[in-house]
Amino acid sequence: MYGFLGKLLRVDLTSGVIKEEPVSESLAKKYIGGRGLGTKLYVDEVAKDAEVFSPDNKLILMTGPLTGTFATSAGRLMWITKAPLTGTIGCANSGGHFGPELKYAGFDGVIFEGKSEKPVYLYVHDGKAELRSAEELWGKTVFEATDLLVAATDPDAKVSCIGPAGENGVLFATIMNDKHRAAGRGGLGAVMGSKNLKAVVVRGTGGIKVADKTGFLAACTDARQTLKDNPVTGGGLAAYGTEILVNIINASGGLPVRNARDGAYYEDADDISGETLAEKYLVRNKGCFGCSMACGRVTKIKEGPYKSSGEGPEYEAAWALGASCGINDLEAICNTNFLCNEYGMDPITLGATFACAMELFDKGLIKSEEMGGSLVFGNTASIVEFAKKTAAREGFGEKLAQGSYRLAESYGAPELSMSVKKQEMPAYDGRALQGMGLEYATSNRGGCHVRGYLVSPEILGIPVKLDPLVTEGKANMLKIFQDLTAAVDSAGLCLFTTFGIGLPEIGAMLRTCTGWDLSDDDILKAGDRIWNMEKLFNMSQGFTKKDDTLPPRILTVPMPAGPAKGKVCELDVMLPEYYQLRGWDAEGVPAKEKLTDLGL
Amino acid sequence: MVLKPEKCLSCRTCELICSFHRAEEFNPQRSAVSVISYDKAMISVPIMCTQCEEASCMKVCPVNAIYRDENGAMIVDQKKCIVCKMCISACPLGNMAFDGKAVFKCDLCGGDPQCAKFCPSGAIAYQEANPSSLVKRKVLADRFRDVFGEEE
Repeated sequence: MYGFLGKLLRVDLTSGVIKEEPVSESLAKKYIGGRGLGTKLYVDEVAKDAEVFSPDNKLILMTGPLTGTFATSAGRLMWITKAPLTGTIGCANSGGHFGPELKYAGFDGVIFEGKSEKPVYLYVHDGKAELRSAEELWGKTVFEATDLLVAATDPDAKVSCIGPAGENGVLFATIMNDKHRAAGRGGLGAVMGSKNLKAVVVRGTGGIKVADKTGFLAACTDARQTLKDNPVTGGGLAAYGTEILVNIINASGGLPVRNARDGAYYEDADDISGETLAEKYLVRNKGCFGCSMACGRVTKIKEGPYKSSGEGPEYEAAWALGASCGINDLEAICNTNFLCNEYGMDPITLGATFACAMELFDKGLIKSEEMGGSLVFGNTASIVEFAKKTAAREGFGEKLAQGSYRLAESYGAPELSMSVKKQEMPAYDGRALQGMGLEYATSNRGGCHVRGYLVSPEILGIPVKLDPLVTEGKANMLKIFQDLTAAVDSAGLCLFTTFGIGLPEIGAMLRTCTGWDLSDDDILKAGDRIWNMEKLFNMSQGFTKKDDTLPPRILTVPMPAGPAKGKVCELDVMLPEYYQLRGWDAEGVPAKEKLTDLGL
Repeated sequence: MVLKPEKCLSCRTCELICSFHRAEEFNPQRSAVSVISYDKAMISVPIMCTQCEEASCMKVCPVNAIYRDENGAMIVDQKKCIVCKMCISACPLGNMAFDGKAVFKCDLCGGDPQCAKFCPSGAIAYQEANPSSLVKRKVLADRFRDVFGEEE
């Protein structure tokens, strides 16, 4: 097989037995790799009633055929399991250097099953794999554990691990690699923690071969040039990172303020913007493996109460900890974001859960003595303090560690959780960006922006400009975006490449890499197949049409001001059209013919 | 070859294209250029052969397999090379390597170095040799201009 190494590791954490297995090329061709192939293995192998934290659940690490090659920004890996936060399919991807190194060590992926009695880590090096004790590492932060693991293995080893949040079962714990890169959403780190698996360490000196060397080089060169020539991927992301969006989304009236209670225009947006970050705190920008866009922010707060350094924040994190909490202090936001990386927590869900708690407090539903602190809108110091408490599940942190839905529900007000399928919606208000509302409602992993990023057409005009305030054309565009994204995630590419390149460029790289005879339509169809496979899994977990919805605030409370003034998200208009375009019935159930056509 | 670590994105595109150009596979281990990253110091440094004027690799080679080509690159003649690896020991910079079969080093890709061609940030650039140090001196002089100059 080209692009692939053709080998998987199966690690039984209960018995400690590690086996090598071949990758089925026919299955790989059908599901591409990464997200598609990993999810296929997951749904085939794991019993539908397996409890998320039980030894019966499995955790799968999978790369794509392009991961670790010259394909542009192809450093991605995917973690797959059931998501503790949502109960839906859980799959979260990450860049950095870890994924490519796993392939250089000789494997496309790893299947973890069972549960270790004591903390362990897996060390994979040049075709070999062993489980080692991680008892000394348990309790260590992501940064500490990474340094200790590199020292214990190989100076060039790459580490993926959980922090205290994952060990403590925080429902939105991340799996971190290369210290600062997160497989962020859904709480997959807690699954890793439940298995007593602290880390995976990889080191390899092998290589990856492609089918058509000349063709692949030409396809990659073409894609790289296209990204370079594009103002977003060839300049904007490098200069300001994803944080460039703060002022842009705010100007469109789509930046939710104070748990989306106070509309979606934040008067202090510029204080937390990418421009301010670049001016005051940016040390340099950084690329993941093989990436020319280099959106990563290496940042430093040089002095004061929030003195710290690290990477980020991303736009969504800056919004969640900032505008969403009514906080305009970028130093505190950066500091909290670094802590999230260190403890292994998703800053989007953390910030949105803070915002929810703040509103519950405002309404008098949470008393300050119960909170044991002052987690209130605008209280800058509180986000740092409660981030620590949440990771440790200490005091009120125990409630915060469950995410906003369970928190709000415990006070009898679940409608104050700005979540879909119990996962918090990120930094775009569905009233101001109608298509994003539909994306949140239909995403297979709950409130999520990166399964069908309609911000591209609705705000950035990529590939065409769509009016964010209308519903027309959104269902169709969303289906295409969701299918293409599934293919991109499976190939091993970064989603951000799609700001600049499309199916023809991606198809050319994938074909010349693997040697597979796949048309662009076949690739999009594979994306459709992956989407339906995930949907079927969610249905097996009891999710129905009633879950494909949005918080009442987004559906019924008109936007108070700004360009979207008076708007609610017209999901009832878009959802039936979306189901129809997907080939699903009025209840959102895939028709038999549709599944047959997809080979499911 | 001009290296500017302050511009390096740590993306290792150079390692990918170098290994592909030399060994027809993507494998940083077989690249003649390496990016060394320092997480806490927040910087990454690309390292490769500097094509020394007084090249130890060439001097130590017992079979005279290393020579300078018309681009100024030190080249290993694989036909003459007996893979004794003395050059690896002799190179003070660690830029000679062994891939399990042969000794390899940066050969400037015959005058079209792929790392410089594909480096997205300009951290690796291939330029005409400039015997004077004027470029760096000018950067320093610019600071005086900024501090003491009258220009707005």
